[in-house]
Amino acid sequence: MMSTLFTFATQIHLAAEEGGHSDGAEELSGFIDSGPIVEWAWLIFVVPLVAAFLIVLFGKKSPFKGWLMAWLSMGFVMVYGTVLLILNWTQGVVYYNQITVGEIGDLVIEWGVAVDGLSIMMYFLVGVVGFLVFTYAKGYMKGDVRYTWFFASFSLFAGGMLVLVASPNLIQLIVGWEMVGVSSYLLIGHYWEDYANVDAANKAFMVNKIADAGLFLGAIIMAVSVQSFRFNDVIDVVVRGEAGMLSQYAFWAGLLLFIGAMGKSAQFPLHVWLPDAMAGPTPVSALMHAATMVTAGVYLLGRLFPFYFSDMFAGDVRNIIIVVGGLTLFLMGFLAITQKDIKKVLAYSTVSQLGYMVAAMGAGAYTAGLFHLFTHAFFKSLLFLGAGSVIHAVHSNSVDDMGGLRKYMPKTYWTFIIGTLALIGIFPFAGFFSKDEILASMKYAGGNGQDVANFILVLGIAGAFVTAFYMTRMVALTFFGEYKGHGEPHESPAIMTWPLIGLAVFATTAGWLNIPGMFTPFTDWVATRVPLVGLGDHHPEGFDIPLILIVTPLVLVGVGIGWWLYGKDRDTQAERDSFRIPVLWPLWQNLYYIDDFYMAAIVRPTKGAIANAVLWFDLNVIDAVVNGVGAASQVLARVTRWTDEDVVDSIYNGAGALTEASGSVLRRNFSGRVQQYAAFSFLGVVAIAVLFIVL
Amino acid sequence: MTVVQFTLLATVLFSLGLYGVLTRKNAVLVLASVELMLAAVNVNLVVFDVYLQDALHAGQIFSLFIIAIAAAEVGVGIAIVLLIYRNRQSADVDQLRSMRG
Amino acid sequence: MACDRSPTPGGGELMTVDLSSWFSEVANWVFLIIAIPTVFGAFKTVTSQNIVRSVLYLVVSLAGVAALFITLGAEFVGWTVVLVYIGAVIILFLIGIMITRAPLGTKADLSHGSNVKVPAALLSVVLAGIIGWSMVDAFENTMIEPFDPTSTSDLADIMFTRFVIPFEVLSILLLAALIGAIALARRDEEDEVNR
Repeated sequence: MMSTLFTFATQIHLAAEEGGHSDGAEELSGFIDSGPIVEWAWLIFVVPLVAAFLIVLFGKKSPFKGWLMAWLSMGFVMVYGTVLLILNWTQGVVYYNQITVGEIGDLVIEWGVAVDGLSIMMYFLVGVVGFLVFTYAKGYMKGDVRYTWFFASFSLFAGGMLVLVASPNLIQLIVGWEMVGVSSYLLIGHYWEDYANVDAANKAFMVNKIADAGLFLGAIIMAVSVQSFRFNDVIDVVVRGEAGMLSQYAFWAGLLLFIGAMGKSAQFPLHVWLPDAMAGPTPVSALMHAATMVTAGVYLLGRLFPFYFSDMFAGDVRNIIIVVGGLTLFLMGFLAITQKDIKKVLAYSTVSQLGYMVAAMGAGAYTAGLFHLFTHAFFKSLLFLGAGSVIHAVHSNSVDDMGGLRKYMPKTYWTFIIGTLALIGIFPFAGFFSKDEILASMKYAGGNGQDVANFILVLGIAGAFVTAFYMTRMVALTFFGEYKGHGEPHESPAIMTWPLIGLAVFATTAGWLNIPGMFTPFTDWVATRVPLVGLGDHHPEGFDIPLILIVTPLVLVGVGIGWWLYGKDRDTQAERDSFRIPVLWPLWQNLYYIDDFYMAAIVRPTKGAIANAVLWFDLNVIDAVVNGVGAASQVLARVTRWTDEDVVDSIYNGAGALTEASGSVLRRNFSGRVQQYAAFSFLGVVAIAVLFIVL
Repeated sequence: MTVVQFTLLATVLFSLGLYGVLTRKNAVLVLASVELMLAAVNVNLVVFDVYLQDALHAGQIFSLFIIAIAAAEVGVGIAIVLLIYRNRQSADVDQLRSMRG
Repeated sequence: MACDRSPTPGGGELMTVDLSSWFSEVANWVFLIIAIPTVFGAFKTVTSQNIVRSVLYLVVSLAGVAALFITLGAEFVGWTVVLVYIGAVIILFLIGIMITRAPLGTKADLSHGSNVKVPAALLSVVLAGIIGWSMVDAFENTMIEPFDPTSTSDLADIMFTRFVIPFEVLSILLLAALIGAIALARRDEEDEVNR
């Protein structure tokens, strides 16, 4: 194995000129594009995959039943990601490298690693959040019957996610995409003894698969147009402004790829799988369905940002993007109000926040969208882990079994509060900076020609209000009032609370990495080798004061209303819920009936008519063929038997009979009379003599 | 003297001996016929030896060997005939059929 | 003489022997006088119905053969034939006849019926014909050069130098035959008792 790795590394070393520069594009200067640290960066995705493999094989016998290997691999990723981040911060890193693993016609399939600002940010994110979640998971999953397999799948997921963000080309991205899809399926269905969890896993996988159709088609169109799978080649074509196949099909490629992103990032109407995915263990929800996997769609948009924002190419798609993002952020927030399951609230919140990120991308706010991705990862995973801590204590997901937990679980309570404040965007917590930046960018885009951005801006502001409201509701119902459950809830063990504290620190400080006009290292981090400012990425010089003055009070009002409705009168809150907003409440509670629609329009027909048709085909056509083969075999067997017994046997019998007959004839020569023998001998001599004379 | 006359004589003797071997019923007479054949062979050998004026006289030496061997053979043969007579009270070769296949 | 006097074998011309010249030589008359009884003796040996006479006719044949040897100068061989063949082998035959109480009269049928005789005769004739024809064809009229009788001391020299190993082997063979004959023919204790 080491020699294979070494060979791989040597190949990269030898092929060092493959990546790095590309003509025709203006680039950052003074960056790092070689050297051991970047050249060995492929270890980032290999180490978790190796850990997953080893855990599968040896996990049960290894220390901590496999957790240690997983945790160490995530630690490695975290350290390496941090190192790369520091390098990028101080100097800038742009390094791409790949090896060829196959060919299709003229297209070359490659596997490699991209080490630039966008990837490094993701490495860091996955590493830090992953490390903290893995630490937490040791305590959370304690006693689980599939403990080892859990960490194997989790490591597989981490590896797959890293493959995705490390990919310099579309093929590897798709491979990583599918890997995280599979891990998601495995992990959502972790408690597969309950059939509902299996259904949830299937649903996640199926919905993603449908979206993946778009992804594959878009990738194919893009790759064939550019005659390459590499992202850099696509970007170069865009930057050079070459008219050609790509510009001709850009709209379709862009749209289809966005559909793929919609599936993974749970945009309306392909969001339906994410709430159901909460059936998985909470660490899974924290890492995958809050911080990393669901951000893959946003990441893809970020990678192909120039493509989407050059009018010559897929510029028309961005209106679609922003509208989809806007609808998602707005509509999904309301669904969070009606949920009694603490994780479902957070799930809809996640979908809504993803909508913010996608809308930001749609408005051309590359930096703002990625910054929100970054901060959201920290505070949302913090919220999920906190929810997990609560669930662990009360053994239930529902708020009906909670209440007054701040007395019993102080650490959980305080970190949850910090996470909430970050989410709803209260200064100086992280969400404030990132969300406001998105809104500011949308305002800028609206002012710069993208009229629909103004509408989405309004939705975004309203969404902030809704977010504040439902989060306050949940906090009130969970941590305040009287404890309505059974037993004695207690604080979670240290191994679970320390990650909460760590994430809380990040949730507090991460926002300070992009203070407009003052301190914006994050902007530099995610800057690409191609300057994007000209393509709509707006870097504001300072805070947009008017916007802040609108949003922040609105948020506080949301908190107030939430507290007023749910903070007091806690005992009658159950009644109160059903009195809210007559028409809308049932609509929200039934999730806009979207799930029901899908069930009726797609699932039932497939299960019914299509399944029956397939069954008919199987029974009548395929089975007929199989039976036919069976009958033919029988006939063949009979013929063979006949041949064997009648023909072949008769040959053998005949040979035997012939031998017997000839024997009885020739036996007469063995008379025992020597004189007769002598006579025949001399006859033979005469014959030979004649032969000699004649010949 | 020609060579041919001697070899013709040897041939006649040989074929008469063969006729005797195949025809005679008594074992002793069969042996006697075999003696005739051997004598014919000896004639041939000696004639050729004389004709070729062989310095080694290989023909004559060999014929001496043949004579000695024939004598030994007859000795053993008569002993066998004796044994057969003792067991079967007859020297008829037709009786000696136990090797019949 | 009208025959070819070449000493090399097969060196005769394609000319049959002139019979008249053949008969003019004394040696040939001698040959004829000896050969005719020899053949006659051989013939009677194989056809006679009297067993003792059959053996005695064999004596005649063998005597003729010995005489021929002497005319050819192979004196030692000739006298060996007389000594060994006639002297010992015939005696063995006679002993064999006596001990096996062979029918001594002429009425005994000592040969197979004609179902055996005819094919045997045919075979013999054919064989004789083939060999004879090939001989005549090969040695048309090759003459035997005048020769000196073979010196017995020469034979002895050769026998005990060149051919000493076959000689020794032959003596072992004789020993084996001797022991074999005794082993075969002796009476066992049981036979003594049975008698």
